[in-house]
Amino acid sequence: MSSNYDDRDSRFDSRFERDYDGDSRGGRGMGGRGGGGRRMHRRKICRFCIEKTDLIDFKDVKLLQNYIPERGKIVPRRISGSCATHQRMLAEAIKRARNIALLPYAAD
Amino acid sequence: MAANRVYEVMFIIDADAADDEVAQLSESYQRIVTDQGGAIVKAEIMGKRKLAYPIGRKNEGTYVLLEISGSGREIAELERRMRVSDRIIRYITVRVDEDRRRAEKFQAKRARKAAKRPSGQRRTVKETPAPEAAFEESY
Repeated sequence: MSSNYDDRDSRFDSRFERDYDGDSRGGRGMGGRGGGGRRMHRRKICRFCIEKTDLIDFKDVKLLQNYIPERGKIVPRRISGSCATHQRMLAEAIKRARNIALLPYAAD
Repeated sequence: MAANRVYEVMFIIDADAADDEVAQLSESYQRIVTDQGGAIVKAEIMGKRKLAYPIGRKNEGTYVLLEISGSGREIAELERRMRVSDRIIRYITVRVDEDRRRAEKFQAKRARKAAKRPSGQRRTVKETPAPEAAFEESY
């Protein structure tokens, strides 16, 4: 999982530049499928949707740990690729876990 | 009338407390709940764990989890007692029945959808992103 995450991280950088590019193209009124397809460089998919998770438990530290890097921050959606619903559940669970010291608020 | 709610209460007992003291504390809190008219669904001593950050100069604690079903009044009493106790480092109460019900609804919805959809249709949905990906690569 962790190696997977690193991979995503590097991809994020390239995507960011592409995003910029795509936007300027769109402004020219070209729009269309090509521009959209370019911007969506390898669409990330929500892990929880695939696994059909309906509930994210705050006690599941092993799972939540995947979504907090060393710094202790919650991995944003644009990097982790989770959908809005699941990201919300995830964030809530992480915050609860932080409250009872299962996860750190901030790591040095 | 009595709204039946389900709560998960997790609390951390000072790691200095011996095993029998932990059990005793857990039991006494369970008794408070039952006295107030609540019911214990599950009680679990999850064991000693290092805290993710120090709380009141403590680096370790014993985690205990209670699942309580009741009206909510017993939670107020339970929290009040835990706040007063100096053996309890921290506690958290989460209402779980609503979220669980929501999860069940999702599950039912999915089951209904799966029953409705012929098995062949799924493949076409999966195939659509493929040509697009190939298109991107050629750019």
